[in-house]
Amino acid sequence: MEIFLDYLIVFLIGGFICMIGEVLIITTNLTPARILVSFVIFGVFLEAVGVFDYISSFAKAGINVPIIGFGASLTKGAISAVESQGLLGVFTGSLTSTSGGIAAAIIFGFLFALMCHSRTKK
Amino acid sequence: MNEKERMKAYNKYVNAKIPKTRPFPSLFNSFWVGGLICVIGQGINDLLLFLMPNLSEQSAWAYTLIILIFLAALLTGIGVYDKLGKFAGGGTIVPITGFSNSITSPSIEYKCEGIVYGICVKMFTIAGPIIVFGVVSSAFVGLIYYIVGLFV
Amino acid sequence: MKCQTIKFKKQPKIVGSYSIVGPKEGEGNFKDYFDYIMKNDFFGEKTFEKAERKMVENAIIGAIAKAKLEVKDVNLLVAGDLLNQIISSSYAARAFDFPYLGVYGACSTMAESMAVGAIIVDGGYYDNVVCCTTSHFSTAERQYRFPLEFGNQRPPVSQWTVTGAGACVLSLKGEGPKVTMATFGKVVDWGIVDVNNMGAAMAPSAMETMLAHFENTSTTPDDYDLIVTGDLGKLGSEILIDLMEEKGIKLGLNYGDCGQMYYRRDQKTLCGGSGCGCSATVFNSYIINKLKKGELKKVLFMPTGALLSTTATQQGESVPGVCHAIVIEG
Repeated sequence: MEIFLDYLIVFLIGGFICMIGEVLIITTNLTPARILVSFVIFGVFLEAVGVFDYISSFAKAGINVPIIGFGASLTKGAISAVESQGLLGVFTGSLTSTSGGIAAAIIFGFLFALMCHSRTKK
Repeated sequence: MNEKERMKAYNKYVNAKIPKTRPFPSLFNSFWVGGLICVIGQGINDLLLFLMPNLSEQSAWAYTLIILIFLAALLTGIGVYDKLGKFAGGGTIVPITGFSNSITSPSIEYKCEGIVYGICVKMFTIAGPIIVFGVVSSAFVGLIYYIVGLFV
Repeated sequence: MKCQTIKFKKQPKIVGSYSIVGPKEGEGNFKDYFDYIMKNDFFGEKTFEKAERKMVENAIIGAIAKAKLEVKDVNLLVAGDLLNQIISSSYAARAFDFPYLGVYGACSTMAESMAVGAIIVDGGYYDNVVCCTTSHFSTAERQYRFPLEFGNQRPPVSQWTVTGAGACVLSLKGEGPKVTMATFGKVVDWGIVDVNNMGAAMAPSAMETMLAHFENTSTTPDDYDLIVTGDLGKLGSEILIDLMEEKGIKLGLNYGDCGQMYYRRDQKTLCGGSGCGCSATVFNSYIINKLKKGELKKVLFMPTGALLSTTATQQGESVPGVCHAIVIEG
């Protein structure tokens, strides 16, 4: 029962965040790239003020899977690298913590581009 | 009526006339599809922790995101993700899968201009700003953290 | 104001016309009139750009054949399309052994090329001129918007670029509907910034050209069996009707828009078709057909074009429109 409740919370919070994205698309005519940028910056902000970990403790994938989690992870890396390496951490931190995701996107994007062809929309 | 006033009046008239997306199906679809993607992510995460109990929480999340990115790239490659996106809108753009789609789709599309000038150059046409803004703003936060740390 | 309308003395005839469309267009409202419907958008080529080029080549050859002429009889090709540096037309032209004149008027290119061709033929300078216009959904989409695989939603004002090419042969000899008048339009910009909302951006230019045409020729909408705009779409044609009513001219049942009529309602194209192929294929199939049969006697054909580019848009420019009109009589 508890696990069901956990997944329900993940579903509701994740769905709600995505719905805000849809509201932005409908009402503001923003392009998808701008919407993603604003969500990433929102994630950076959440982590910077220290709220992200609290939300993440109960929302789990509901906030980590949306691109907000990517922004938070960038900032988390920057802050912890500053703590361990000082000023150098400002430069090394953010991409270190997100390197897995970015590299995966590049690698899979490249591989599938080699294998697949573009199709016309119907 | 001068030029500026006419443009303003015309824009106002057009804005009143344009068809609006009906909020009901599109908001609902983005909600449940987006929620479902998050649930799948949670499921993968729980499964990983169950199979490999020694995995740290951070590594488990990294694996989860990589798997989601792989799945989205696969769906983009076989031509399913754009149909999903047409249906769900924000529900497929906001999750990390949308990020993967925004890298894979231009790569496939510009393949015919060659591997270097097509795939590699155009790969970040949509996702570039996300990474740039993310890195710059998080570095800024790190810098503030560093400066505050000097005085506290 | 100076007279914008040209009245042709010798009245060049459209002796042959040909239209070729993609599979989605082949399921639309005009499906019975097209000369050739492609089975897929690649047309046996490796890229969409090459497919578009092949469509142009086939349309030109088809139009020449239907005019019962041979390639060596053709004096000039006037053609245009939507891609940067109008590559589809220019690259298709290198396959032919006659001079080529590239024109660009965005989606208004069909009327522009025909008006230019008619002037040359009417002046007696060349005997047979081929006019051709094309657009392709997939090439336009990647140039102006997003990659095809990108999962975005199309805004409700957006239109669907028609995959299709239309060509016709103008000549003084032979049989066919006559081009009697042409009105070149001014570039009009009423400050629409939304690049998806091309109908609203082009409607004022259609109004200006239409007003100039009616004034210069002392005609009214009732003098025409059909007044047809190119690709204003559902929204744009409604706006045009409103704008014309403001000026005291009522567009009745003889007014239509190719883009709005092009697809069936269940094909989910939102505001309808667009692109130069939209007006070109409807004109070279349905309209020519009806003119030849005598079901239409006098048609005012006025495709509109949105002269936008991604560079100008990203620099914050609004979308200018242009509209050229030609009158064809059966």
